[in-house]
Amino acid sequence: MRKVYGRPRFLKKRSFHYCAGCGHSIVHRLLAEVIEEMGIHERVVGVNSAGCSVFAYNYLDVDMAEAAHGRGAAVATGMKRAYPEAVVFTYQGDGDLAAIGTAETIHAANRGEKISAIFINNAIYGMTGGQMAPTTLVSMRTTTTPFGRDVMLEGHPLKISEMLALLDGVVYIERTAVNSPAGIRKTKKAIRKSFQTQLDGKGFSLVEILSPCPVNWKMGVAESWQWIDKEMTGVFPLGIIKDTTGNKDAD
Amino acid sequence: MDGNSAVGEAAIRAGCQCYFGYPITPQNELTEYMATHLSRRKGCSFIQAESEISAINMVFGASAVGARSMTSSSSPGMSLKQEGISYLASCELPAVIVNMSRGGPGLGTISAAQSDYFQSTRGGGHGDYRTIVLAPSSVQELADLTHRAFDLADKYRIPVIILGDGMLGQMQEPVDFRHEAPAELPVRSDALRGARGRPSKIVRTCTSNTSEMEELNWSLYRRYQLIEKKETAFETFLVDDAELIVVAFGIAARIAKGAIKSARANGLKVGLARPITLWPFPSGRIKELAATAKCLLVFEMNMGQMLEDVQLALQGQGEVFFYGRPGGVIPTPSEVLRVISRHYYQRGLKKGK
Repeated sequence: MRKVYGRPRFLKKRSFHYCAGCGHSIVHRLLAEVIEEMGIHERVVGVNSAGCSVFAYNYLDVDMAEAAHGRGAAVATGMKRAYPEAVVFTYQGDGDLAAIGTAETIHAANRGEKISAIFINNAIYGMTGGQMAPTTLVSMRTTTTPFGRDVMLEGHPLKISEMLALLDGVVYIERTAVNSPAGIRKTKKAIRKSFQTQLDGKGFSLVEILSPCPVNWKMGVAESWQWIDKEMTGVFPLGIIKDTTGNKDAD
Repeated sequence: MDGNSAVGEAAIRAGCQCYFGYPITPQNELTEYMATHLSRRKGCSFIQAESEISAINMVFGASAVGARSMTSSSSPGMSLKQEGISYLASCELPAVIVNMSRGGPGLGTISAAQSDYFQSTRGGGHGDYRTIVLAPSSVQELADLTHRAFDLADKYRIPVIILGDGMLGQMQEPVDFRHEAPAELPVRSDALRGARGRPSKIVRTCTSNTSEMEELNWSLYRRYQLIEKKETAFETFLVDDAELIVVAFGIAARIAKGAIKSARANGLKVGLARPITLWPFPSGRIKELAATAKCLLVFEMNMGQMLEDVQLALQGQGEVFFYGRPGGVIPTPSEVLRVISRHYYQRGLKKGK
């Protein structure tokens, strides 16, 4: 019988600790697939961050270092500058990349660091139990916005990808979602393109991935996947936000 | 050459491949030196980072992939680096961190001070960790200890702090660089360079397993004990017949030396004990000296921080006085001489040749 689906080579043989319906495990798998397909595993050095994905190195079978909360882009910068042959990616959540690490993210992007940022936007702090993130939607209830996010008090959801797109050092940003087979395929393509951009030495790239967090959103899995389409994509529209790579899509 | 530039040149000659820094007085000459002399070197990298926090985390990344890396700052900037230093210590990553300290607390002054002794020797970040702390007292020693700092950092997989001050950083002195830059350094065996022909590796600090974390602490502790045994450095000056011994580090020791020479000319039998490593602190040597002299005078450009280590070393055995000037005030040798003389005469110590 022909095997059509299996564990990617660079995903370790262990169960994910992620909650049912969480998007992290999907993105981990996509990363492992892309690394295998591009044949870059011997050059990959990943940076994972504080948050639910702090244990990403338990799953991804590539060299990885854990950065302090928010400092992923600075750590990745140090790695890439010290060892330019490496293919360096960061794996960061919204709190990490767009709140505590905003300065590191913006300046690494502005310097055009040749690194790939994989940015998981689930509109909430997952690991710490569902507090407001910079990306939390207006009126969305979290443990620290128990009455809903109030723009007069907490401001609006931060569109960091659109902000980063203004910077000349940034060559590629795409926003995708992993709440459907089509979205998952698009996400994989975007991750591959981001790595290719780095291999081509073009500059900073980022893939923002809208990802469900059913437990902290207090929804069923199916409902959380629908909620991304119904609510999140209105604030965070999917698609290419910036692309000056000159590369046509691989397929 | 000024002290800051001397650190830069010594670092390059020690094979420093990456320097990341953020402007702050009085250490800018070092950042500027690296911008001029390191940034264009083959295989080397210089970045003026967006913050001290970014700079130390760039060092973390560069060290993780095996590069000899350095950052520098002055007191308020050092406070920002503490998070990164804790992570470096936890991940057992080598790094050299220079502090040309200035008067605090807060933004403080830009003048030389020694008030970061606690922060440097106690580990200013969170968790049970130590950093080696080297305290030079001349531009030549700044250069020598910078070279040594890189070797110590690699040998023990530990962050090493060079605790200078604004005066050492700015002052001009002749300096002899004893090493040529190495053509190429071997890649550290624990470097993350991609899983080529070996299983993948991780550098991490986070674990949900408390016994694993406890074991890390024990293994660090054992290494710290080894460092205490092997790497303690100390200098003495005219202590053999001394009735009173001044204990001072860094630039304060330099000032004290001038005062001691004058005291000797006046017939006061005074000597100097200068810890070169602030951690590990030379407690044993301090105890030995306290047994031969009548009393110790701890002199610091702060409100009495190393004083606590001296008192801990003596465990109540021996008489200790303290004189300190905080906030960036630089005392003169004649001022210190007056303090020495006052204690000397009040204590009724014997004069002699």
